[in-house]
Amino acid sequence: MFTTTPLIRKKQRNELIAKCVFGGMALAMIVPLIVIVTYLVVRAAPLLSWEFLTTNPSGGMRHGGIWSALLGTVYLVTVSLLIAAPVGVLAAVYLNEYARESLFTRIINLAVVNLAGVPSIVHALFGLGAFVLFAGIGRSILAASLTLAIMTLPVIVASTKEALAAVPVSFREACWNVGATRWQTIRGIVLPNSISGILTGVILQVSRTAGETAPIMFTGAVFFKKIEEGDPFAYSIWDQCMALSMHLFTITTQVTEAPKALPYATAVVLLGAVLSVNASAIALRSYLRSRKKW
Amino acid sequence: MVAEQNPLPAKIRVKDLRLSYGAKPVLGGISFDVQENEIFGIIGPAQSGKSSLLRCLNRTIEFVPGASLSGSIQIDGVDTSSLQSVYELRRRVGMVAPLPVGLPLSIYDNVAFAPRAAGYRNKTDLDELVQRCLSQAALWDEVKDRLDSLGTKLSGGQQQRLTIARALSHKPEILCLDEFSIAIDPVTTMRIEDVLKELKREMTIILVTNLVQQARRLASRTMFLWNGEIVEVDKTEVIFSQQPKSRKTYDYVNGIFG
Repeated sequence: MFTTTPLIRKKQRNELIAKCVFGGMALAMIVPLIVIVTYLVVRAAPLLSWEFLTTNPSGGMRHGGIWSALLGTVYLVTVSLLIAAPVGVLAAVYLNEYARESLFTRIINLAVVNLAGVPSIVHALFGLGAFVLFAGIGRSILAASLTLAIMTLPVIVASTKEALAAVPVSFREACWNVGATRWQTIRGIVLPNSISGILTGVILQVSRTAGETAPIMFTGAVFFKKIEEGDPFAYSIWDQCMALSMHLFTITTQVTEAPKALPYATAVVLLGAVLSVNASAIALRSYLRSRKKW
Repeated sequence: MVAEQNPLPAKIRVKDLRLSYGAKPVLGGISFDVQENEIFGIIGPAQSGKSSLLRCLNRTIEFVPGASLSGSIQIDGVDTSSLQSVYELRRRVGMVAPLPVGLPLSIYDNVAFAPRAAGYRNKTDLDELVQRCLSQAALWDEVKDRLDSLGTKLSGGQQQRLTIARALSHKPEILCLDEFSIAIDPVTTMRIEDVLKELKREMTIILVTNLVQQARRLASRTMFLWNGEIVEVDKTEVIFSQQPKSRKTYDYVNGIFG
C-alpha cells in the first residue's frame, strides 16, 4: 500500500530543499543583471535621446553627446573582427581538419590556450610595442584594432574548433570513403554544418571587444576628439579615436562637475549595444539550430 | 624474379600485410589474392581485423592516429602505397561502412556527392546515375518522390542503403561491404544480395560479414580471419564443408565455438 513513512517524508523534504537551493542560485544569476540595467536606465533617463547619440562631447566633456566615442567603438570592433575572424576561423579549420597530432599542433594549441589567459593590459603593452612603435603604425584605430584582434584571436580559434568538432567524424569518413578531398569535405559538409557555431563565437567577441579599455588606451584611443557629426565615415583607420569604454572611464574619473547622468547614459549605450549584439547572436543560433540537419 | 604465370592475374594481391595501432598488433602479416569479378567473403569474430583490413585497401587507415603498416597491397599489379592520388584509389575502391551514415544533404545530393567531387556536373547524367544507384541499393522506390528530403532523416536501414548507393555512385572497380546488412531487414537484405550477384559482373566485391550464411550464399571464396591471422582461405564450398583444412573453421562456421 502507499503509505507515507518517515523515510519518504525525509526524502520529500530533501528534494524540496535541493530544488530551492538550485533554483535560488539560478535566480541569483538574473538579479544582478536586472538591477544593473534598471539602475542604469533610471539614472541615465534625463540624458538619453537621439541627440545624445549623434552629437560630439563638448564643454570639456560636460555637455553634448557621445557621437565620436560611439563611432570610435564601432570602428574598433569592426576592424578588429575583420582581422581576427578570418585568421582565427581559418587557423581553427587547419587545427581541427588538417593537422595531425604532433608536437607542432600541440604547441599551437597550448599557445591558443595561454594567449586567451593573458591579461588585457599585457596585450596593451604588446600592442604599443609591436604595432605602434616597432611596426611604426602609430597610435591609430588600426593599431588599436590589431591589439584587440590579438586579444580575441585565441577565443575565436577555440570557439571555432568547438563548432567544427560538433560535426560528427562519421560524416567526414563517409566523404573520404568516396574519394573526396579534405577541402571538398570541409566545404561540402563540415562548414555548412558548423557555420552557426562559428558565427556565434565570432559575434560574441563583439561585446568583449567593445567593452575593453586597457588594450586601446595606449594604442589608439584618446581622451577627446571632435569629428563630423552624423557622418559614419568620419574616422580613417589611421586616426586616433574616442571609444565608449574609455570615455566612460575618463568622464567618471577625470572630469569634475560632469552632469550626474552622463556616465550612466554612456554606460547604457555601451550596455545596450553589447546586449543587442548578443541577442542577435542568440537569435541567429536558434534560427540555424532549427535547421539542423541531423 | 620470375614473371607471374598465373592465368588469372589477381585483382587485389595482399602480401605480408602487417598493421598495428601503436603497440597493439591488428594484422599479423597476411597474404591473399582476390580475383577479378568474384565475391570474396571475409568472416571472423570481432577484433579479428576485418574492418581494419578494408581500411587498408582504400588507405583510409591513414586517418587512424598511431596506425602503422608494412607489406604491400597491389591492385591490378600496382602498389597502392605508391599511388599519386589517394582520392583516385578511393573512387576505385568503394566502401560501405558498418554504421549507416546519411550525409546532412538531400538524398539526391548524398548520391551525387562523389560524382560531383570527381568533377561531373551534367544534370541529366547525374539524374540518371542517382536513379541507377538508388535502384541498385533497393532504395529508389521508397524515396523517388522525396529526393529533396534530408538523407539524415531516413530510417537506419534506409540510410544503410543510401550508403550503398553512395558507394556505387563513383563506379568503383572494387566494392568493399563491411557488415552492410546490419541495419537492414532480411527481405531487403535478400534484394541487395541479388543485386550484388548482378554487380559482380562489373566489379570485384569484398564482403565482410558476421553472418556466415551470407558469405556462404554469396561468396565464391571465403577467408576466415582470427586475431589478425588467416586461418583459412578457400572456395566457399570447402570452408562450409564437413572437412575444411582447419578444425577452427569448422567450429566457427557451425557456431560451436566457446
